[in-house]
Amino acid sequence: MSNRLRWRKFVSHFMLTMTGLCAFVAVAVLFFILGYLVYHGGTSVNWNFFTKLPAPVGEVGGGMANAIVGSAKLLLLACLLGVPIGFIGAIYLAEFSGGTVAFVVRYAADLLNGVPSIVIGIFAYSLVVLPFKHFSTLAGGFALGLMMIPITLRSTEEFLRAVPRALREGAMALGASKWKTISSVVVPAAYRGILTAVLLSFARVAGETAPLLFTAFGNRFWSPGWEQPIASLPVMIFTYAIAPYDDWHRQAWAAGLVLLGLILVINIIARVILSRGVAVPRT
Amino acid sequence: MHASVRSAVSVNITPPVTVPSSREPQAPLVMRMTIGKVNFFYGTKQVLFDVNLNIASNKVTSLIGPSGCGKSTLLRTLNRMHETVRSSRLEGEILIDNENILSQDVTALRRRVGMVFQRPNPFPKSIFENVAYGLRINGTKGSIADAVEKSLRHSALWDEVKDQLHKSAYELSGGQQQRLCIARALAVEPEVLLLDEPCSALDPISTAKIEELLVSLKDLCTIAIVTHNMQQAARVSDFTAFLLTGQLIEFSPTPQLFTTPSDARTEAYITGRFG
Amino acid sequence: MATSTTTVPSAGPVSASRSFVSRLRDGDEIARLITFLFAGSVVLITLLLVYELWQGSYLPRHKFGFAFFVTSVWDPIFDHFGALPFIYGTLVTSIVSLLIAVPLGIGAAIFLAELAPARVSDTLQFFIDLLAAVPSVIYGLLGVFIVIPLMREYIQPALKNTLGFLPFFQGPAYGVGFLTAGIVLAIMVIPYIISVSREVLLSVPRDQREAALALGSTRWESTWKVVLPFARTGIMGSIFLALARALGETMAVTMVIGNTPTISASLFSPGYSIAAVIANEFTEATGDLYLQSLIELGLVLFILTFLLNGLARLLIVVTSQRGSGMGQA
Repeated sequence: MSNRLRWRKFVSHFMLTMTGLCAFVAVAVLFFILGYLVYHGGTSVNWNFFTKLPAPVGEVGGGMANAIVGSAKLLLLACLLGVPIGFIGAIYLAEFSGGTVAFVVRYAADLLNGVPSIVIGIFAYSLVVLPFKHFSTLAGGFALGLMMIPITLRSTEEFLRAVPRALREGAMALGASKWKTISSVVVPAAYRGILTAVLLSFARVAGETAPLLFTAFGNRFWSPGWEQPIASLPVMIFTYAIAPYDDWHRQAWAAGLVLLGLILVINIIARVILSRGVAVPRT
Repeated sequence: MHASVRSAVSVNITPPVTVPSSREPQAPLVMRMTIGKVNFFYGTKQVLFDVNLNIASNKVTSLIGPSGCGKSTLLRTLNRMHETVRSSRLEGEILIDNENILSQDVTALRRRVGMVFQRPNPFPKSIFENVAYGLRINGTKGSIADAVEKSLRHSALWDEVKDQLHKSAYELSGGQQQRLCIARALAVEPEVLLLDEPCSALDPISTAKIEELLVSLKDLCTIAIVTHNMQQAARVSDFTAFLLTGQLIEFSPTPQLFTTPSDARTEAYITGRFG
Repeated sequence: MATSTTTVPSAGPVSASRSFVSRLRDGDEIARLITFLFAGSVVLITLLLVYELWQGSYLPRHKFGFAFFVTSVWDPIFDHFGALPFIYGTLVTSIVSLLIAVPLGIGAAIFLAELAPARVSDTLQFFIDLLAAVPSVIYGLLGVFIVIPLMREYIQPALKNTLGFLPFFQGPAYGVGFLTAGIVLAIMVIPYIISVSREVLLSVPRDQREAALALGSTRWESTWKVVLPFARTGIMGSIFLALARALGETMAVTMVIGNTPTISASLFSPGYSIAAVIANEFTEATGDLYLQSLIELGLVLFILTFLLNGLARLLIVVTSQRGSGMGQA
């Protein structure tokens, strides 16, 4: 074997090993993150964390019960806004619309998807906080809901389109109206994909902090109703992490563990649902 | 009935290669590559059964047979391209100049045994750079530009592209792209050139040009070609091998295989009863 | 024979020939209308967003005009606002992040697309997708407690000792700063580069690779000289996508960048990014000009990410079309 060939083969093996290293490093980061969260926050995820309100500033102890409930309320609002618009809008795109309208709607959705979350926060501030003159759960839920729309819309549309023509034609041949076909045949056939889409967009907004900073703002106590500022897990993590109190740092780790755990679990569930295949009738 | 079919055969497929008369002295045939007792598997599925075949130096050998008979698979073992598929397994011996190809370095082997594929696949580079690719990675002594010109002349493309060597290869027509791929393969001066149905994606005129080319390339290197077009095999090749479901049924000089096949299955295939 | 005056409906395809009335009765027209309204609301919302950003930044646009983008003064007390430090910070951190993430990301994508067996590749991709789902604030958390100390104690001093002659690696090692933010951002955008590049590489036609191998290339040569150039447009697209993400990243950056509007060649210097200043000062902005200047920054961010995302999508689409249009006879 000539020297040149020997060198070329060496370079080949070396570079390809390097790429393997890159892949390893990338994946290792995920496990590092989880590891650190468990290490620093594992012991702090206790009963107090889930049930107690934050202690007064500087005092040790307390928990994040209000933030957990707060996140839940915000996400509920987000789903009420994001899922219907995304889902029903997708039905229009997949079943009713012509080329131009569909293009414009998709373009707008992609644009919305690409907007940095802090800018969504500005938008929600202008639209909801300013008129009401104070921060509120509504504003926060609105911001998060906006972020859910594009993901739900595009994914649902894809899954509706993937339902085979034969199914639709079968129903219509039996005399079903278009709407009946959609509601009784097409949507059920695509339900796995749609569910996955909703879950993934939910997981995405569950971790969002920036849009909540000046919409929901934050609250060290319970937030009754929907028009008060409200605490949320991500914002608490942020606030506690940059504060000078060790006890707050400890709680930030715990909250991080809980938040990431929730998000990863939802992601995994969503992907498992999807990998079981979109429901197609057995022939 | 039988006789009329036979005469139909000899009318339809009369090869232009003349049967050597006994008065002309024959140059002794050197076997450039030898395939011995080759069995080939994809995973647990066996696709080649005990194939024995010789590829004669500076001659054109064609592999024919119906779809799925294993002719492409066999061709691809000759330059170890089968190794790009993880589940493939080769048993048996394949020799080039009496050295086993499996014990050589595969990169060095592939420089000696080149390949042209079914669909033209030029690189996303200029015409010049496509041909120069092999030269650059192997590091040639001497002028690359001269070597490129030589290759393009050998593949009958030079006159058509000499003024546009730096244009993208994708601007050429399909037939031109395939001749470019041939030039690219020839640039590294291989001993054997393998062609896997090189004309199946091309129009008749381009096909004819490439067939002419192949006959002229015999002096440069040894050629093995897979084709599903029997007339093409009859036109260009010196030796023909007929494969059926992974087995070598018959291997003879081309005129003999097409006029007086010794196996009934060969005859059935060339008379179009299946395939 | 009685002549009928009623018209018999034609026997054409069901949807086309049904009369408006029958469609109305079955609810199809209503369904079409309602679903249209929902779909249309998406467009409305997007338009409203652009409008609000534009209107909401009226004051500084008229007062400062284009000077806003080149002034480096950010003085709430005297109502002088210039975006330069934030634009600078955003660009520097994004570029640093790409310098780290692009080689790593493309390298990993090559491994996943060219080398790893399909099952390994899919499993690793699954983990990388999970990485992309980690929220920004968690990266920030790790940034604050892991990366900053590491930078302060080890990495920044080491860089100073070895490359300190370069202006990039001078100045005190605070731990926070442009470099730290760039590193954290790199970790955040790597999954995007990997996912898109891997897809693009997988879509390169097999016979390109085979042609290279058949000419006696080593595996690396076939990847580097043939497959990658073939996929380069799509990979550029993935880089633009990553850049768009990096530009808009708020939480992780604001937790590690130092939050000081400074323009400095040194990567150790604390700085500020557009998203970070909005996040930190929005609720404290006194006066309309202050607040609207922050909104104008939001508008800038919006336009930047809009352009980058559009370009990215275009590039990715072009590659996939190229792949399918190959080798036409």
